[in-house]
Amino acid sequence: MRADQQQTMCHQNVIELSNISFSYQQKPVLEHVQFAVRERDFVGLIGSNGAGKTTLLRIIVGLLKPDSGSVNLFGQPIGEFRDWNRIGYVPQKNVFNPLFPATVREVVMSGLYSRNKLFRRVTKADGIKCDEALHAMNIEDLAGKRIGQLSGGQQQRTFLARAMINNPALLILDEPTVGIDTETQQDFFHLIKHMHQHHNITFLMVSHDLEMIRSYLGEEPKGGSGKLKFYVKHSHEIEDCVETNLTHSLKDLRHSMEREKVGAGLGNNN
Amino acid sequence: MEIITSEFFQRALIGGILIGITAPLMGLFLVLRRLAMIGDTLAHVSIAGVALGFLIGVYPIGVGLVFALAATFAIEKLRKAYKSYAELSIAIIMSGGVALASLLFSMGKGFNVSVSGYLFGSIYTLDDTDLLLIGIVTVVVLIAVRMHAKELFLMTFDEDAAAVSGLPTRYFNFLISVLTALVISVSIKIVGALLVSALLTIPAACSLVIARSFQRSVITVVVIAEIAIISGLVIAGVWNLAPGGTIVLLLIAMLLLLLSVRRKFSA
Repeated sequence: MRADQQQTMCHQNVIELSNISFSYQQKPVLEHVQFAVRERDFVGLIGSNGAGKTTLLRIIVGLLKPDSGSVNLFGQPIGEFRDWNRIGYVPQKNVFNPLFPATVREVVMSGLYSRNKLFRRVTKADGIKCDEALHAMNIEDLAGKRIGQLSGGQQQRTFLARAMINNPALLILDEPTVGIDTETQQDFFHLIKHMHQHHNITFLMVSHDLEMIRSYLGEEPKGGSGKLKFYVKHSHEIEDCVETNLTHSLKDLRHSMEREKVGAGLGNNN
Repeated sequence: MEIITSEFFQRALIGGILIGITAPLMGLFLVLRRLAMIGDTLAHVSIAGVALGFLIGVYPIGVGLVFALAATFAIEKLRKAYKSYAELSIAIIMSGGVALASLLFSMGKGFNVSVSGYLFGSIYTLDDTDLLLIGIVTVVVLIAVRMHAKELFLMTFDEDAAAVSGLPTRYFNFLISVLTALVISVSIKIVGALLVSALLTIPAACSLVIARSFQRSVITVVVIAEIAIISGLVIAGVWNLAPGGTIVLLLIAMLLLLLSVRRKFSA
């Protein structure tokens, strides 16, 4: 891709919601939701229980059909959208049974099993991608462990690695910090903030943790509908934007995180 | 001991070994998706089909298969009607199947004896058609699972993630249901409709105790089922016991053994 094309793409809408309404058994959950997520935005979707956060998320990824209104993903109507491997998805932590027999490696690999991979075999290159994702999330030592044996923070990193294995342009996180202790939450938030600042990824994160969202995205919501609020921070640095080698970015993630840590440590000593 | 070399026993062994591959394999997917009871339901509905088959003089397992397929669709429809109480649909279809079967039993008084063979299993009466059908189902299941192994894993582990990856989840749900119906309807003559769900669920229960990875649990369920089926058939043949019951009790014994061994390991 040429640099000038890349430039214009930097500002494209990744998600466009126009006039979305949805009701559960006659009870309206979402009414006329109107919002756009631009490339390299970090959007925090905040709302109390029952405000329709998860419903909206399910509509955005096509798991639910809205009663009215339309969803565009990467400029395409959702019905025509096929580039599902551009979207990484991190589910709520307690989505699976802790006894489920699957290793960390098997879970991370499953991020590759998209529609485009139907009827194709898993290749060596896929294995290498998996190793890179494991390394980036600092969980390569856990690759052979059963997912249920891991701590909450390690499970989060596993799901993040699964979401990152395709080098997605859009990362959707559904309440990723529910049921996890505060310290691990902060580590996790630090990690995704870093990813937002240094990688060409757009974030949509559903959360009820207003404090954490506000500390990064600012005090005032940029939009909202009913009890839902959208907090937005746009991280846009041209030099990152032009960077197209995302594989390199993923490989580099852990090193740059560690450099940051060392830097912060030195700062404290002074 | 000469029973082991007899022809009907050899047939039983072949049929049992084939079912020992497919039943626990489909059972693993069902158990991990919290649908363990579907096996039981489909088996009970199958029996109604078998009874109808005897009544109208059509190949009973074939009619049972059609009934099992119909039941999977009915369960899906009902599941949509009672979204948050999905297990309700299973209970309704199960009792509906038993009710229909008992009605059909009472209509054809003469065949009660042969139907009881399908309730408790009559593996020694497997004929060539039965074996052929079991063989075809085994091949179909193995091809489908081999072809879609990675998608079936993702569907089982996290159906939402599968949908977000653009996988046709409806197609895969349908595939799992149809394969399960196929396996159950050809299994009921071997262990019996009342016991078939043991063959689906207990190997999966064993693998949850010991297997760390999905790949290993696939192997584990088949190995455990085969051990129980082969040794169960031999034991039942030599001591003249009911084969289906022997196989199921062996499965339960293996599960208890694994549970106690694990407790010792972790203690």
